[in-house]
Amino acid sequence: MATALRDLPPADAARLEIEAFLEANQKKSLLRFITCGSVDDGKSTLIGRLLYDSKLLFDDQLATLRSDGRRLGGELDLASLVDGLAAEREQGITIDVAYRFFATARRKFIVADTPGHEQYTRNMVTGASTADLAVILIDARQGVLTQTRRHSFLCRLLGIRGLVLAVNKMDLVGWDRARFDAIVADYEAFAREAGIGDFTAIPLSGLKGDNVTGRSAAMPWYEGPSLLEHLETVDVAPRRAAEAPFRMAVQWVNRPDQDFRGYAGRIASGRVRVGDAVAILPAGTRSTVARIVTFDGDLAEAGAGRSVTLTLADHVDCSRGDLIASPDAAAEPASRLDATLVWMAEEALIPHRAYWLKIGASTVSASLSAPGAVIDVNSMAEGAAPTLRLNDIGRVAVDLDRPVPAVAYADDRRLGGFILIDKVTHETVAAGLVERVSAGAGRRVGAARSEAGEILWIGGDGTADRAACAARVAGRLKAAGRHVFLLDAEVLGGLVGDLGADEAARAEIVRRAREVALLMSRAGVDAILAVEALAQEAWPGRVIDPAQGDGEEADQWVI
Amino acid sequence: MNAPASFARDRLTHLDELEAESIEIMREVVAETERPVMLYSIGKDSAVMLHLARKAFFPAPPPFPLLHVDTTWKFRDMYALRDRVAAESGMALIVHRNPEAERLGINPFDHGALHTDMWKTEGLKQALDLHGFDAAFGGARRDEEKSRAKERIFSFRSASHRWDPKNQRPELWSLYNARKGPKETIRIFPLSNWTELDIWQYIYAEDISIVPLYLAAPRPTVERDGLILMVDDDRFPLRAGEVPVERSIRFRTLGCYPLTGAIESEAETLAEIIQEMLVATTSERQGRAIDRDGAASMERKKQEGYF
Ligand SMILES: Nc1nc2c(ncn2[C@@H]2O[C@H](COP(=O)(O)OP(=O)(O)O)[C@@H](O)[C@H]2O)c(=O)[nH]1
Repeated sequence: MATALRDLPPADAARLEIEAFLEANQKKSLLRFITCGSVDDGKSTLIGRLLYDSKLLFDDQLATLRSDGRRLGGELDLASLVDGLAAEREQGITIDVAYRFFATARRKFIVADTPGHEQYTRNMVTGASTADLAVILIDARQGVLTQTRRHSFLCRLLGIRGLVLAVNKMDLVGWDRARFDAIVADYEAFAREAGIGDFTAIPLSGLKGDNVTGRSAAMPWYEGPSLLEHLETVDVAPRRAAEAPFRMAVQWVNRPDQDFRGYAGRIASGRVRVGDAVAILPAGTRSTVARIVTFDGDLAEAGAGRSVTLTLADHVDCSRGDLIASPDAAAEPASRLDATLVWMAEEALIPHRAYWLKIGASTVSASLSAPGAVIDVNSMAEGAAPTLRLNDIGRVAVDLDRPVPAVAYADDRRLGGFILIDKVTHETVAAGLVERVSAGAGRRVGAARSEAGEILWIGGDGTADRAACAARVAGRLKAAGRHVFLLDAEVLGGLVGDLGADEAARAEIVRRAREVALLMSRAGVDAILAVEALAQEAWPGRVIDPAQGDGEEADQWVI
Repeated sequence: MNAPASFARDRLTHLDELEAESIEIMREVVAETERPVMLYSIGKDSAVMLHLARKAFFPAPPPFPLLHVDTTWKFRDMYALRDRVAAESGMALIVHRNPEAERLGINPFDHGALHTDMWKTEGLKQALDLHGFDAAFGGARRDEEKSRAKERIFSFRSASHRWDPKNQRPELWSLYNARKGPKETIRIFPLSNWTELDIWQYIYAEDISIVPLYLAAPRPTVERDGLILMVDDDRFPLRAGEVPVERSIRFRTLGCYPLTGAIESEAETLAEIIQEMLVATTSERQGRAIDRDGAASMERKKQEGYF
């Protein structure tokens, strides 16, 4: 791109030419990809090469490149171009996701560069969450390794469609075709087993530049595209996103005055046209799209990926977090999700503790079951474990305190992914993928509050405090015409009579009390639990803290 | 961007995608924080950021004020554009000048690094504290500098405005976690994924107003320490023997005029600027005297709270 312009004289003809060039350049598409490899596979060198060869490096960056020293047998140290934070550089490793940019005449590229060391799952999942394509690096001398399988598994998990197997360092195996073919056959066998679809294998040398931006003279036997040619032309557009039903999470309600009420959001999938019938979820209300408002004028229609503001023909109740969707795509409101979690925090998952869950534009309180299975990223085997630790991947059931319109991740990467947030530290502790939405299961507690009874946990330290508070709450609910039942140690008597007085017994009492409360709730009775429970045991339902008073406003939602 | 209906069926261009992403980020911030503010530095990145904000909240004006952390040493053309643009956008404009720097007469000629530190770094902290802003939009891009490549879109700062590289959150999909402790603040960079070229192309495509200093014109200059400086007003102390010379110059970045180096150029139109940029051999930050000291300097400044 840069070279094409270098010789133009600054005359009028040239001006027309540059304008034509700009027009064309504005029509470039965007490709986001991730590079995965183990330490020393040559990832940094390859990215450096792409940046260098796309000629978007400037002289002072090149000067740094040289002054940063470390020349390698006369070659530029391309890897140093993509080095990062000073502290990390001292350790000689990169420890997070870095984003690099380069462009050709056809496309702009955003590269998520993630490190290859052991603590990589969290970073790779972060980088992969926004990638359309993955370049999986293999050292030609080593072939398919455990790490290769691990990277491929994570890419598949995160729903990346385009996969490139970059067989690097071909110069070190004498540009040997048989070696390349053997690696590809090996990977093919693994891919079949792992449920990985198509992939494109390219033999290359990041260091020498062969098959990176141009075809390699050293490997005439290879007839496919160079890596850059492939990246420029590959079609990874989520075809399905355009054909999929219209869905948009409402981020913000725009109310500049009494006459205008717009719903602002980014279209997750499908297309929307003025006059289309839509459903507002989770309520299920129906309306019609009146206008698609943008700063540049109203649109007749808009498709996936655009940020728009919709107005509706009717005055309906619609707020942040709601989904506006085509009626036939109406995602079932769910208060229980089956999900795969990638744990990202130092502190392990605590089953039944309340976390914030952010999905689409809604944030709800959620509690997690103990993991049903933990997946070994190397072998993909599923095993049992009591919890999930940093970089673990496992399957859990998630209970939400109110129903959200959920979509499976396989159907929609934008709406089927979620994050979990620690309520105290505010850290993002996990990434989640919705596997299955169970609409019915959740009704038990959250969905249909009119039918099901409420479950209320009385907090506080002293038995006397609890009893007094429980009595007040029971009185208030009865006055409101509810059926109420108080569960305390005395009432539970016979049901827990076989238990001792130690910590294990106390936890078991809580468990049994919870089960009784759930049965009562299903029968339409509000259950008040006045037992000695830890904060993380007080689920589902909500906790009332006697110290905070027990008015409605003071209630703290916990599930 | 506006596209006819038949066109809308086609795939989004890279600028469409970047625009939609930035708008999405801004709406999240408005929905999830209490008192957001947009840092407006009057440069081309700020111009694009402000334009995107107007798009994000249209037909309402952006629901936050603009904050200019002033040093009193910006180019005169910058002040003129600032006041015009703020009026057009319908947003409140807050101009903050560090009163202590003002009292001590801190200036770039006599005080070197202290100038940036007091007016910009301290000034910014003061302004955020004074108005109780808990979230500030900034126009930084990841392609500006190597250490920025890892900066998050949502960047958390402690109560004392320090940036802790070890305590930043992973950003997955477009699900931004904006939760924070009572005294913590967030810097949000909605232009993270834009490159300098994207910025220019967008300005060109959307016809966004920028400070005329980005375009070449004959201007009074002196050459000092390898930088071409513009003599923008009579506060510029000429050294013995220095006589301002008229040169055709333009600026690739704009800051305090005594600290901002110009390049000699004949590029009088946006198209020509983009052309020059594509064949450029000097990356953007080199025009800023502040970035000259070592590869890790930017990071250090960030940890200290420099934006
Ligand atoms: N011979 C050869 N060496 C390479 C190639 N790519 C990378 N290397 C070398 O392998 C080592 C590790 O490369 P680097 O890019 O730092 O790997 P990373 O850890 O994956 O980022 C360095 O010494 C590189 O010079 C290649 O294609 N051929």
